[in-house]
Amino acid sequence: MGKSYTGALNVILSMMMPVLSISNLTKSYASGLQALKNVNLEIQKGEIFALLGPNGAGKTTLINIVCGTVTRTGGTVVADGHDIGRDYRAARTKIGLVPQELATDMFEKVLSTVNFSRGLFGRAPNPPFIEKLLRDLSLWEKRNDRIMTLSGGMKRRVMIAKALSHEPQILFLDEPTAGVDVELRRDMWELVRGLRERGVTIILTTHYIEEAEEMADRVGVISKGELIVVEEKTALMKKLGKRQLTLHLQEPMTAIPAGLADWALELKSGGQDLQYTFDASRAESISALLSRMHELGIGFKDLNTHESSLEDIFVSLVSERS
Amino acid sequence: MRTDSKPLMFNRHGVWAIYRFEMARALRTVGGTFITPVITTSLYFVVFGSAMGPRMTAVTGVNYGAFIVPGLIMLSILTESLSNASFGIYMPKFTGTIYELLSAPVSYLEVLLAYVGAAATKSIVLGSVILATATLFVPIQILHPWWMISFLVLTAATFSLFGFIIGIWAKSFEQLQFIPMLVVTPLTFLGGAFYSIDILPPAWRTFSLFNPVVYLISGFRWSFYGRSDVSVEASLALTLGIFVICLAAVAWIFKTGYRLKN
Repeated sequence: MGKSYTGALNVILSMMMPVLSISNLTKSYASGLQALKNVNLEIQKGEIFALLGPNGAGKTTLINIVCGTVTRTGGTVVADGHDIGRDYRAARTKIGLVPQELATDMFEKVLSTVNFSRGLFGRAPNPPFIEKLLRDLSLWEKRNDRIMTLSGGMKRRVMIAKALSHEPQILFLDEPTAGVDVELRRDMWELVRGLRERGVTIILTTHYIEEAEEMADRVGVISKGELIVVEEKTALMKKLGKRQLTLHLQEPMTAIPAGLADWALELKSGGQDLQYTFDASRAESISALLSRMHELGIGFKDLNTHESSLEDIFVSLVSERS
Repeated sequence: MRTDSKPLMFNRHGVWAIYRFEMARALRTVGGTFITPVITTSLYFVVFGSAMGPRMTAVTGVNYGAFIVPGLIMLSILTESLSNASFGIYMPKFTGTIYELLSAPVSYLEVLLAYVGAAATKSIVLGSVILATATLFVPIQILHPWWMISFLVLTAATFSLFGFIIGIWAKSFEQLQFIPMLVVTPLTFLGGAFYSIDILPPAWRTFSLFNPVVYLISGFRWSFYGRSDVSVEASLALTLGIFVICLAAVAWIFKTGYRLKN
């Protein structure tokens, strides 16, 4: 009884514990460049986390420190309960990395390079698993082809197969869809969703913000080595997103009537359009505005609304900092 | 997805994966790895053993063609160990695939064991092939076979370790060739591969004693014919000394991440 209670408690605790915990992480390169400044981040098991930031913001440095290819200057990183320094073996068996660059052994065959990766990460051979992995990535037919004969997209698939060959629990995808065609991008997102369903945590960086918008549960924005925002994607868009309502007036105006002073209004197109900007959370204020306009006898011919995308939010966050 | 949480004490799958990868690379380029050195060495036997050998006086009772065999094997072991091991670790740096090695749960010792083990294996196989080839041309005698094997293995391991260091240090293919071509090959030719240093004028003989390759060749030749230019103990001590120095250098490289990690 006591044993099963402890077991259940452990399960609950492990579910509550972040699968990746980064504390006070700093990185200074020998050149003096401070690539990361006191980064703190916790990633929950099974989530898809998108790390956004301009070039040189520190996204790749952050990923590379967690994966072990760059040494940290300070701070701690714990992956699934294992410190990446003290307990690097256990930590690294949990992590898979698909780097940004297409780095492969050109003369190797697809199957042997994927088997190599599995062995390198300490796993015994498992041909059925590898076959399924290659089939899922549409690589099975190419298994005996040398990597040098494959197209860029196929090479990218090989890199993913290598990263997944040891069945990691945390997968890092550094710019996974940079320079790939639409079909592969779609397959890739399908794969990411499938992995998440199997409990794999995915951390990705991307230039295509609409993809983060579509895929990610949470978004982190990194700028000049600092993690400036970490938020649920929907909350972030609600909190920082702006909406605009534009009313094309029947009669042009020269000034905004005093009766509409309660709303943040602007006149556009030489008084032809009335533009109302509001927080995504205050959508209900529209109906009040429209009824007040009706009372004041202000008519409009047409209207349209615009909602800011994650990209707009990202650009405004980063430009605020610089 | 991984269900077992047994801690990994020794990543044997990882070591085996790297070792096999390196051996496969050698087999893929079997011409460069084995056939070229065998042809080159055979040419030495033809020129020095068959053509010039009968006109050369026997060196302390050993037929000249047979006398040069241990030196030629050493020459191949040194150059091939260096080039195999340096190329083995330089290529992942060059192509960028080193990321996988650095992010894998393999200890530095395991990485070393796999790369140096593979490079040394190739050298030992090559040395054995050259020895077998030599028996076709000249009469070979091995008085101390266990010592012969020990010197062969120790030298192959030491110079593979040295090659590994060069591979990590090198930033270009030119640098990769620099030490083997400009330092090791001349030292080998001046290290008594084709002559006994006893025939040199006293000043040059003394000068030769500063050449570590003299000790390697002398010890190895002693295991064949029971005669040496310097004492066997000195040969053994020097080989072990170089091995320990290389090991210390590798330990430092791994500790600091020199030219491996930022």
